[in-house]
Amino acid sequence: MKRFLGFVKKEFLHIFRDFRTLIILFGIPTAQILIFGFVVSTDIKDAPVAFLDFSKDEVTQKISDKICSSGFFKRIDNLQNYDDIDKVFRKGRVKAVIVFGDNFGRDLISYGKAAMSIIADGSEPNTATLITNYVTAIVTDFNRELVNTSSAGNILVQPEVRMFYNPELKGHFMFVPGVITLILILICALMTSITITREKEFGTMEVLLVSPLKPVHIIVGKVLPYFILSFIDVIMILLLSWFVFDLPIKGSIILLLAETMLYILMSLSLGILISTVSKTMQQAIFISFLGLMLPTILLSGFIFPIENMPKGYDWVSAFLPPRYFIVILKNIMIKGTGFLYIWKETLILMIMTTLFIGLSIRNFKLRLE
Amino acid sequence: MQEIISASGISKKFEAAQALKDISFEVNESEIFGFIGPDGAGKTTLFRIITTLLLPDEGEIKVLGLDAIKGFLELRKNIGYMPGRFSLYQDLTVEENLNFYATVFGTTVKENYDLISDIYSHIEPFRKRIAGKLSGGMKQKLALSCALIHKPKLLVLDEPTTGVDAVSRSEFWDMLKKLKQHNITILVSTPYLDEAMRCNRVALIQNGKILSIDNPQKIREGFSRKLFSAKAPEKHKLINALREYPGTLSAYPFGDSVHITFHNDEFDDSLYEHLKKVGIEKTTITESEASIEDRFLELMKKGTTG
Repeated sequence: MKRFLGFVKKEFLHIFRDFRTLIILFGIPTAQILIFGFVVSTDIKDAPVAFLDFSKDEVTQKISDKICSSGFFKRIDNLQNYDDIDKVFRKGRVKAVIVFGDNFGRDLISYGKAAMSIIADGSEPNTATLITNYVTAIVTDFNRELVNTSSAGNILVQPEVRMFYNPELKGHFMFVPGVITLILILICALMTSITITREKEFGTMEVLLVSPLKPVHIIVGKVLPYFILSFIDVIMILLLSWFVFDLPIKGSIILLLAETMLYILMSLSLGILISTVSKTMQQAIFISFLGLMLPTILLSGFIFPIENMPKGYDWVSAFLPPRYFIVILKNIMIKGTGFLYIWKETLILMIMTTLFIGLSIRNFKLRLE
Repeated sequence: MQEIISASGISKKFEAAQALKDISFEVNESEIFGFIGPDGAGKTTLFRIITTLLLPDEGEIKVLGLDAIKGFLELRKNIGYMPGRFSLYQDLTVEENLNFYATVFGTTVKENYDLISDIYSHIEPFRKRIAGKLSGGMKQKLALSCALIHKPKLLVLDEPTTGVDAVSRSEFWDMLKKLKQHNITILVSTPYLDEAMRCNRVALIQNGKILSIDNPQKIREGFSRKLFSAKAPEKHKLINALREYPGTLSAYPFGDSVHITFHNDEFDDSLYEHLKKVGIEKTTITESEASIEDRFLELMKKGTTG
């Protein structure tokens, strides 16, 4: 036991003495959360819009006020005719133009429906989709108010567009689980594979092997510091997203942390597995980046929805552990569901962990060959 | 005397090359046993087999009375091993390195301090310095301290003096001599032929084969010819001239002189005339005692031609 503790102490010394390791451990997670949160934000706030109002009545006034007072949009211009639309878009002054047809208020009251269009700048597809969704949501909301206040029989039939789980369409919710997933893979798999191959490369592994340390001591001793540190990382990310972005955790925190531990364990065993097949640090880094980082970013549903992937890619994605962990995290954090809804994903992660640990033990060499 | 290592018929093949061919030897208790040979002779491979890090393809090896193949876990507790590249953690301090190895081997620095004090005292003033910033000689002393800290019965040192300055090398061998008093058997490899004389017994190894095993004095005496030493101001010119002379068997530089052997073990005045012809005037040629290097070169030559 003393031997093991001595080994763990040495690992901590390595970590705290190396500036780069510390940056990867604590700098990158913080930076990623903040960058994704502020810069790559998929939210809209004060998006410039212009109005083209052909009726200029009470109802259109109300709707446009409601749109502008939501905080998502800012009125930049009032247009006079259709030709202006092209002009303002070309100048890049607005992200969308909202058009009300002739006799909007009258049509609405007499026929129960009125024509309104949202024209968005399609050169920024993400923003465009967001803006149309937001405006639709606001108009739907307006309709509901109208139904409540007006007399019976004058019900507006409108397609209801409502966002489940993320009513305000806040982007942070989407990326926090993704960042946690990515960071954990990075720290656990990449760092452990590097630290083990480093011993091989510097020749210290030779002496460790000749020492009475058992392989299990070496592996667990390597892994334990990263287990602790990456767990601290997760807590740090959660606190950061809570304080900076007001991200609530709707489900059980205990369940969340337990699932996180499972995922950390999975990533660590993956890291050990990588280290058993690579001879140098460079190889380990190469495998980790190409085999883990890129697929995690591209194929795990972190950025691009799995449903939208071409056939074949979604199959590749099925073999990526992060995919399941993202589902678990989203369920617990955003939907607030319990274990019953994520037992399948949990089971898959467990099977993967067992598989990786088994393979690592089989591959770990007691000798140099 | 107890046999610490007995190996017979050890062979090891790597993908491309035969690293060891039918190696057999014995190492006795408390001796300094040296493996001398050029780079790529197979010294490191052999040491890795002895320290249980590699498995031989063929042959049997017993270390400290244990089968190095089956009893490797037990054996690992009693070996001190210092690999060719000093296995130190470059980012840890001198003190941390030593403490780490002590803990890993289940002991403390205090417990065996007397064993390493001679060596460690040289670097103790720098105990807070990180190992990566030590000089070659200091790294070597630290690595030796680390390998010794658990008081192993067998100390295996793979090229401990490579990349270390001449003074440190000499100091190092003095230290090894002192360690013998602690009843530690030392197995050491080196590419430097001059270090052979400091071992109790040496094995000359080349291309994975042992050429000769004996004590260095006897190996030296095994030189089969009369050896002459020639001196002239221009050594390089002298060697070339000597090699051109028909009676010369071999001529190679040795320190500040040239060592020569002749086909019939003697030379006459025609040699001086030959030298004069090419413009070398002041040459003194005397009969000389063969060093272990001369013998090794002779054996190597035999090994490659026959």
